[in-house]
Amino acid sequence: MRRSLPIGLHIPGDTVLHRLSPGPKLSALMVLSIAIVASPGPIVPVIAFVLAVIVARWVGISRRALIDTLRPLALVMAVAVSYQLWAQGWPKAVEVLATVLGLVVAASIVTATTAMDEMLDAIVRWLGPFRRFGVNPDVVALTFSLMLTSIPTVFTIFGETRDAAVARGMGRSPRATLSPAAVRVVAHAYSTGDALHARGITDPECD
Amino acid sequence: MRSHWLSIAPSRSYSVRTDVIEFVDVDVRVPGPVGELTLLTGVSAKLTEQRIAVIGGNGGGKSTLARLTNGLIGASSGSVIVEGLNVAEEAPKVRRKVGFVFTNPLSQLVMPTAAEDIALSLRRTIKDKKARSARTSEILEEFGLGHRADTSVHALSGGQQQLLALAGVLACDPAIVVADEPTTLLDLRNSRAVAERLFSLEQQLVLVTHDLDLAGRCDRALVIESGRVIFDGAATEAVDFYRASVSP
Repeated sequence: MRRSLPIGLHIPGDTVLHRLSPGPKLSALMVLSIAIVASPGPIVPVIAFVLAVIVARWVGISRRALIDTLRPLALVMAVAVSYQLWAQGWPKAVEVLATVLGLVVAASIVTATTAMDEMLDAIVRWLGPFRRFGVNPDVVALTFSLMLTSIPTVFTIFGETRDAAVARGMGRSPRATLSPAAVRVVAHAYSTGDALHARGITDPECD
Repeated sequence: MRSHWLSIAPSRSYSVRTDVIEFVDVDVRVPGPVGELTLLTGVSAKLTEQRIAVIGGNGGGKSTLARLTNGLIGASSGSVIVEGLNVAEEAPKVRRKVGFVFTNPLSQLVMPTAAEDIALSLRRTIKDKKARSARTSEILEEFGLGHRADTSVHALSGGQQQLLALAGVLACDPAIVVADEPTTLLDLRNSRAVAERLFSLEQQLVLVTHDLDLAGRCDRALVIESGRVIFDGAATEAVDFYRASVSP
């Protein structure tokens, strides 16, 4: 079986971060993101990345899981870093690399230390005042959690489709991978919708 | 809240049920590449037995019939009544009563881990977080998945995924369980485990299946071919009829 990505996966533990409610963690993630992006030069992003990796290991994310989380970014980062290296030199290339990787690892720390149930409760609580404007907090919270859980599923689908293309001798054909993968992702979205519908999770309250 | 689903009694037969699914002259048509495609036509049946199997060839309309029972698909004409509720008019109430188990459990498991998926099903009925967490643990233990509570749903075996999907459905405390080929993707051991779990339920069970041994254990079976019910009767007779109809 293809290994699934650990993004969005809660890792039980008893660290301070596990005990903290989702609000402060998401706020801290937002502040960190702004600080990293706003700071000039590579020093702050590199420090943030190193610290994020240390914290990730401390909260229980394995080295293997970290690599699995970052591996899908390899191609995009290779292109981005090469371009920055050519256009603006190595400090900018390092800054871009450390910024992206640091933020991904930091986001993984939040999801690893927060059970999805807690996240849903927090979102429902935050959006409660917006009910009067027609917002359904339960649906928004569910959408958020589905977005997180869909990431590994989409990667799995792309991996399986690529394997199927390779098995048919079309491993180098983007068409043989991308089109069927896109169709399967849409089909998965439909079946997820059916599953939610069948469980009545998005239905209005009724007795 | 009812807790009858937790009692895993040995397989037994029931003669009287209060849960009733009724199809009244149901047609289902959908837009096709050329004109309309008829998926079901003239289906009428009143299902009062404890366990009802739906068998037949691929593309015959079995899944469509199953999906009609909780409004996943609507009847083009005729009506579907579940415990006195018209599915077309009161779908949310019907979905509270009818739990649906899909063929592919991964379509049904929408949360990252086993525990979180069960907790999602419980959110509507148990508002208190600690009580929900405790109930989640109970359910996982009941299904032999307690040790996999924090495991990614993708990392579970196929049998565990299907058991988890079933547990998620039963956590909503339905009166009726509709299972659409729940053992098709499983190996023999897991298939048996899921089947035994289904057959131990006290809820009314509508089982769409290609496994004729399973179908034969039901109280009644419908054979569906080309969108029509071509046999409706005792399960063993239905299985014999179906075997004969596909024999060369």
